[in-house]
Amino acid sequence: MASPLEQFAIQDLTAPLFTIGGHHIAVTNSAVFMMGAVVLSSGLLLAGAGKGAMIPGRIQAMSELFYEFIANMIRDNVGSGGKKFFPFIFTLFIFTLFGNILGMLPYGYTFTSQIAVTFFMAMVVFLGVTLIGLFKHGLHFFSLFFPHGAPLFTAPILIPIELVSYLSRPISLSVRLFANMTVGHVLLKVLAGFVVALGIFGVVPLVVLVAITALELLVALLQAYIFTILCCIYLNDALHLH
Amino acid sequence: MAEDDRKSTPDELDRRLKGVRQAYQKGTGQSSRPATGGAGGEKLGVGMRIAVELVAGVVAGAFLGLMADQWLGTKPWLLIVGFILGCGAAFMNVYRVAQAEERRSKAAQDEKKS
Repeated sequence: MASPLEQFAIQDLTAPLFTIGGHHIAVTNSAVFMMGAVVLSSGLLLAGAGKGAMIPGRIQAMSELFYEFIANMIRDNVGSGGKKFFPFIFTLFIFTLFGNILGMLPYGYTFTSQIAVTFFMAMVVFLGVTLIGLFKHGLHFFSLFFPHGAPLFTAPILIPIELVSYLSRPISLSVRLFANMTVGHVLLKVLAGFVVALGIFGVVPLVVLVAITALELLVALLQAYIFTILCCIYLNDALHLH
Repeated sequence: MAEDDRKSTPDELDRRLKGVRQAYQKGTGQSSRPATGGAGGEKLGVGMRIAVELVAGVVAGAFLGLMADQWLGTKPWLLIVGFILGCGAAFMNVYRVAQAEERRSKAAQDEKKS
């Protein structure tokens, strides 16, 4: 029987296109699904924005829903000055969402189940947010590492702790998304293995499998939402410093 | 349907939408726009956040300590310090998440009452 981890294997789909530092770079299944996510989401949103009808059709209503969802999220969590970052946050949300959802398709590949992908996204957010904070507040940005109103003699303990807490952000951001997607898909594969192995009694895990699939869809949506809302919260910290 | 949607003006539509929303609010005691994520999903998300936050702080602290050790050649001391700091950071992060969550649920309750 196939290993439950086999679904996460990266496969080259083409001959190596070029070489960077001894690594042969080819189009992989992960890359194909990323491109798929970009094409599908752009297609959906362009189709939705194309007509601009007063009374929206189905696709337009869907894209407007996405737009309002993120716009509200930014307004509630970032507040003033957050509108500028709407395009980035929106792209981040749609890309993660489509990555998670496309992974739910049979024979699909979940690129968000790769720590390399999620850690890269988290690192871009982390570095971007830090740079935005530094540009906006200058050296005053480092007051983020000392809680307002704490007694001065606690500084030697508090500042290192705050620093570590700040540096743990990209780890928690990426591990959460990656772990949720990986665990869900492993669980689905293991249960699917039971269905085959138990023969006629495989009906029981099959029923559970259906329920878990629904749960996985919820998790896919939820993790995209959490990833985005945490980016908003970090952005808010950098823009407003507590 | 009494009125044809295609013939009514945007203002009329707005008014009718408002009426429907108010009727819905009266009927169910809920806002017509439910909170994002749904009740169960929201809680699941908070639980996951806390669990991962707990691990991430320790990992970040230990990793920084290990790197500093390799750089300065002071094995195992900075790893120990980093680990302890990481534990502190993790607990602080968890505390912050819980605090924000409590503030949010309290605000939601106040909204329900009024």
